[in-house]
Formats: sequence, C-alpha cells, structure tokens
Amino acid sequence: MNTEIYKLGEELDSFNYQEVQDGILAILEKGCSAVLDMTACNYVSSTGLRVLLYTKKMAASKGLKLYLVGVSAEVKDIMDVTGFDGFFDTFDTVEECLQQIQ
Amino acid sequence: MHRVDLFPTHKYQGLKLRTGRPYPFGATVIGNAVNFSVYSRYATDCTLVLFHNREEKPFIEIPFFKEFRLGNVFSMMVFDLDYENIEYGYRMDGPFCPEEGHRFDKSKILLDPYAKLIVGRDVWGKQPNWDSLYQYRARVVFDDFDWENDLPLETPVNDLIVYEMHVRNFTCGAAAGVKHRGTFAGIIEKIPYLLELGVNCVELMPIHEFDEFENFKPSPIDGHPLYNLWGYSNVGFFAPKAAYASSGRFSMQVDELKNLVKRLHANGIEVILDVVFNHTAEGDQRGPYISYRGIDNKTYYMLTPDGYYFNFSGCGNTLNCNNPNVRDMIVESLRYWVTDYHIDGFRFDLAAILGRDQNGNPMSNPPLLESLAHDPILGKTKLIAEAWDAGGLYQVGSFPSWGRWAEWNGKFRDSIRRFLKSDEHVLADVKERILGSPDLYASQLSSFGGTGRGLKASVNFVTAHDGFTLMDLVSYNSKHNEANGEDNRDGENNNNSWNCGWEGPTDDADINRLRHRQVKNAVTLLMVSQGIPMVLSGDEMGNSQQGNNNAYCQDNEIAWINWNDLEKNADIFRYFKQMIRFRRRHKVLRYDDHLSHTDYRNLGLPDFSWHGVKAWHPESGYNNLTAAFMLNGQYTTPASVVGGFPADTSPLSPPDDFIYVAMNMHWEMHGFELPHLPEGLAWHVFANTGMEPPADIAVPGEEPLIDNQHEVLVGPRSIIILVGKETR
Repeated sequence: MNTEIYKLGEELDSFNYQEVQDGILAILEKGCSAVLDMTACNYVSSTGLRVLLYTKKMAASKGLKLYLVGVSAEVKDIMDVTGFDGFFDTFDTVEECLQQIQ
Repeated sequence: MHRVDLFPTHKYQGLKLRTGRPYPFGATVIGNAVNFSVYSRYATDCTLVLFHNREEKPFIEIPFFKEFRLGNVFSMMVFDLDYENIEYGYRMDGPFCPEEGHRFDKSKILLDPYAKLIVGRDVWGKQPNWDSLYQYRARVVFDDFDWENDLPLETPVNDLIVYEMHVRNFTCGAAAGVKHRGTFAGIIEKIPYLLELGVNCVELMPIHEFDEFENFKPSPIDGHPLYNLWGYSNVGFFAPKAAYASSGRFSMQVDELKNLVKRLHANGIEVILDVVFNHTAEGDQRGPYISYRGIDNKTYYMLTPDGYYFNFSGCGNTLNCNNPNVRDMIVESLRYWVTDYHIDGFRFDLAAILGRDQNGNPMSNPPLLESLAHDPILGKTKLIAEAWDAGGLYQVGSFPSWGRWAEWNGKFRDSIRRFLKSDEHVLADVKERILGSPDLYASQLSSFGGTGRGLKASVNFVTAHDGFTLMDLVSYNSKHNEANGEDNRDGENNNNSWNCGWEGPTDDADINRLRHRQVKNAVTLLMVSQGIPMVLSGDEMGNSQQGNNNAYCQDNEIAWINWNDLEKNADIFRYFKQMIRFRRRHKVLRYDDHLSHTDYRNLGLPDFSWHGVKAWHPESGYNNLTAAFMLNGQYTTPASVVGGFPADTSPLSPPDDFIYVAMNMHWEMHGFELPHLPEGLAWHVFANTGMEPPADIAVPGEEPLIDNQHEVLVGPRSIIILVGKETR
C-alpha cells in the first residue's frame, strides 16, 4: 500500500488546522494512505480532534487509511475521555507503523 | 450549490456582519458565520460582547442594529470568527425598575440563556478571578459528535433498576481506583462494576453547569471549604458542568459527557438526568447577575406584586415555568439533551413547581407538563417527577401525568422505613407500596389521561440523595449535620430511622449483624415490590455519611463513596447483586399493570395473594409486623397464549416461577404456613436475611429445595423469599 507521512508540530488546533487538514487531504488525493506522525504533538483541541476524525473518514471513503503514530500520553488521554480514540489505529513509531501495515 | 444569503451586509470595526436568523436561539454555526440570537421582551437595546478565550477585556462590542431585530429577538451573524477561541456575552439595556419586575443593567455582561458550552469553572474547586467582569462565559459548541449507531435505549420502564449517582461522589474517594476521579470519564472506568451490580440505568444528580463556589464557606469543624457539591442550582440549562469532565480544562466537557452516554448505552445502561427547572443560581434580589435577571427578569422569574422573588424552591427564586417563553426554553432544553446527548429520561427536581402559574398558584392542567407529556421528541423519554416543592405543594399520587409521568414515590420510602423499624401501624400502607401503590396510581382523573397510570408510575426507593444512606438509616436515630455549618438545623428531622441499639459506628457484633440484616431487608422489600426500584449509589456496599443526612456541601470523605466498604461489607454487595439479578430474572416482579388478586384466567391460583402466618389468612399474624404474599408466575404469559392451560404457553414466553415472600418485622421468630403449589412444583429458598452469609442468598436459578414444604420459620426481623418451581 502506498503511504505518505505527514509530520505534526507541537499543537493541532484552530490556528493550524486548515494547513494540517489540507496536507493530509493532499496525501489522500494522491491515492496514498496517510501516516500522521504526532510524536512532537502535545495538544489537540476540539477542532484538532475533528480534523483527525474528518480526514480519517475521508480516507475511508477512498478506501485508504489514516494511521496515528507517536500519540503522546496527554493527547491519548484527551482522545480517550472524549471517545475519539476508538476510531483510530495507532502505532508507537513510524517504523513500527510501516512494518505492520505492509 | 452555495447559499446566497451568507454574504456580509455590514461591517463594524473590521468584523463582517449580517442580519441574523432569529431561530434557533443561542449561538449557531452557519457556514463561515456564527449566528447569535437572543430574546428579551422588555430590553430596549442589546450588545454582543466578544472576548478571546479567557481574556478579561472584550476585543469588540457590537450593537444589534435596528435591522438586526425581529419582534423581541436580537440576532446577527458574525463572519470569519475563529470560534474555538471566542467567548461571547450580552449587554442588555432597559428599565431598572424592580417594583415593575425589571432589573436591566447594561454594565453587566450576561451569559446567553441558551449557551451550550460554558467555561469559567473548568477545574473543580479552582478559585476563579472574583473581580472578573464576566464569570460564566459562553462559547460556541462543537455539536458534531460521532454517535455511530447509538440511540436512547428505550428500555421498558418496568424493567429498569435505577442507580442514583453523583458524578464526584461516585469516584472521588481515594479507594475508587480510577484514573479520572470524580468525572464523567471516571464513571466510564466503573462500567464493569455497574454491570456486575446489575443496574441498567444511572440517574445522574445535576450535571448542568453550576458554581461549586455558590454560598461557599469554611467548615466549622475543620475549616475545609464547603462547596455546593450537589449542584441543584443551575447556571445554564443547555451546558454540562465543565468541572465534571476530566477534559474540562480544555473545554471538552460536551464530548466527554457524550462519550459517557455512548459507552453506558453500549453496555445496556440508560442515563437519566436530574434536572432543576425550579430555580436558578441567581438567588433573590441580593444575588448576582449571571444571565436571566439581566436578560429579562420579568420573563424568567415568578415575581411578587411588588417585584420581589417568589421562593417556592427554598433557594431564593422560582423559575417562571409557565410563562410561555420559559416553557419553550424548558422544552427546548429537554429536546436538546435527548437529541444531542441521547439522554433516556429526566427526573425533575421539585417538579410540583412546574405546575404553578405565574402567580405561584397550582394549576389544574399545567401547560408545561402537558407539553412535555405530548412532546414528539420526548415521546419515549422517561419523565419522573419529584412530585412536591418547598412551597408546600405535595402531589405524590396526583401529579398531572397524562399517562406519561412517573413519580418519586415518597410514600414508599416512608412506609417501608417505618415497617423496617417495627412500627405496628403501617402494614396496610406497606401492602399498597409492595403492590406498586394502586391506592395512588390505579386510577387518575380522566383529564390526565383516563384510566390508571399503571405500575410504571411509581419509582420506589428507600433512600435517595436527600436523607440518610441505607447504612446510616440503620445506624443513626438522628441526623448529624454539624459539619454543614448550620448547627445541625438543616436536613430532614423526620427520618423514620433506627440505630439498632447504638448511635453510630460500634464494635458490637450483634448490632452490626442486625444492621446488615436490616439493610438486606430494605433492599429485599425494594426489589420485590412492583414499580421501578431506585438504589442510592453506595448503599450496595453499606456506604456511610457519618450520620449526615444532607451532605450537599461535603465534598470530602463524608459524601464520597468509600470503596473500601466493598470489601468490608462484601455480604451486602453480594446480597444486592443477587437480589437485582433475581428481579431481572423474574417477570412476575415487573408487571405493567396493577394486579387483580383474582384467578381471572382459571389457572387454579390468583395472580397475587396475601397470606399470614397461616396460608390464605392474611389477617393471621403478630401485631401487624408479619405478612406474606405469593406471586403466580403463570400470569406473566400473555392471556391469549395461555387460554386457561399453562401447558399451551409459547416457548418464547414461558410462565415465570411462583414467588413467595414472608416478612417478619417482629423481634421474635415466627412460623409461616406455606400455600400449596400446583402439581410438579416445589418451594426452593432464594433468600433468608436471617441467615449468615453465604446462606443469606442464593444465585438466582440455583435455589436449594427446602425440606419442609408446609412451613418456614422466619427469624426475628427477617425476610424469606421462596421460589416455586420444578425440582430438577
């Protein structure tokens, strides 16, 4: 499966969501699944959570995937209590992700 | 296609605007605009005040231009807002004339009465900035939660086992063993526990936004802060309590509560909200301006002829529930919680107030209650009234129901408590309660829906948040509320409690044994009575509030459930668990309609029969402290299937077992003669509260056969449950 990696910065919120969303959608447009490297990210806002789920659903509608990688404990906790965690396949590292999905 | 009406028509200090849509009220995202809409019958001017998140000073104040008004509604669209980072409020101008009911003050920034996300009290007990101009701040909500295939469960009402719970008290205790103590997420962590207990409905004490700092003061005992823990004091009717969400600091309480409901539903557990539509947190004329007082005082509150606040709630003010606009707000709020949060039912605090007119007089056909009974969106929502108020209106049995409303049956609580403490004057009343209170609910005036309200009208309980916990009910004769800081004057004085011989905790093994037995007697009576049983959270492990019967302000070990009790009182938990399973297993305990006491299908025995120490002689017994009854399981099959011959029953609905319950609240042992069972069936013992565990209760379905099929001995203050079934 063709995949491309998108690397997130420290935060995903309403200030940068458009750029991130466009970036992920561009990967999907190419017919590639997206690996979202969240290793550096320590905060995802309500807007950010929706970007993740929206792009995941867009991927699914094209028969593609969105994988989350390196989700920090803080972000994992937010996703857990708000119920967004249940929608995603997550991996600790990009290497692990690429290996597993082959 | 793009809409042609989403282009700005006005500009104000750099922001693009357009005439708003008056409906719906509140703040709604439409395309790249946010539509702000608020009504006030008596305001002359309104200004929208916008802040960046958590900033003290607004970045803009936008007046509602003349063309932004329709009728009594102010509405405008503001374009291109980063609405995750916006907080909004209103300034209302109009007369300040209390004797006419008006208290407008444009120096105040007011919360939107329809705010769906409120910040400002985001982390429990964290001191706010008291000098802030705007304390409870509205935000624009994200309302696109992904429910997948979830919907309200619509569990048949008579199948419910309700568990009344407080979000903080449930998991704040150190021994709760959860990561997110005292929050919605903490409850999710306890779902396996709820499943083990067997309840299928949680009733959450108020989760609408309130201020724990309201009437905040130090404890007279040790100086720790006394918060408003219970939250019967609404700041907003559309927004969840932020500090009940572990993610409240990120303003994600909406998603967290929705996730809780979704997860409970996935496990077959319904969610009922305790809603407080009788007053608000603004208090009387000395209280703060939060919202309603400044938006439209005369609309939202019941006022005396000279403009003061009626106080039927005991909390300073009374919401003007039967003002047409307030009525609409209440209906919209309830619809919103059902539509957006998938809530299964509501328990209405001091619901008698909802039937008072704008002058405070009780109405015969209250339009609000009628609207709710007939509302299409609430069509399958459980509606439960606390059928009294603080103004002396007591409507248990007469609450206007239109066949839709159930009631907290306060008479069940009072009668069962008196019977438990061996009161010799209450048996006739106890018999009504066990039968689902036909004296109260078997008929009601035709104007409220014609024939009887059935068994689903009665929510039975022995304990609830108001009053003693079950363990305290059998451990204290009097309340001990000194820690509340009101010299023990607050809280109910008439508790019908009995301490079993010593006030408070004791090492006396006999007293402790008796207390455990009394707790088991109480839950037995609750679970074998027709109607809807409600358990107070913590009672299943013998939780104590140290004799405090009004722990509304005890945000500490007094009110928090002590999860160590689960081990200490393991026999009580086991008894509750099996008793709940027994009820869920036996349809004969969960009828829809009141019983006839006759054998109307010629099956050989009546559907229900009273007995005494002699079978078929209910009058035989000791001083009104002994009684027995038998439920005929053959009557649980549909009449058309049975046709007089139990053998013809459909395999889909086999007849239930016979159940016989012998109650002895006398302090001496009594023998009870057993009624004969039909051929092929024999008596087996399910529960005997007079026995030491594990012989006190069996696993339902695995009850041992009893040797003597003609008589059982029921020990002092004990209850025995027998099951009549085939012997394998």
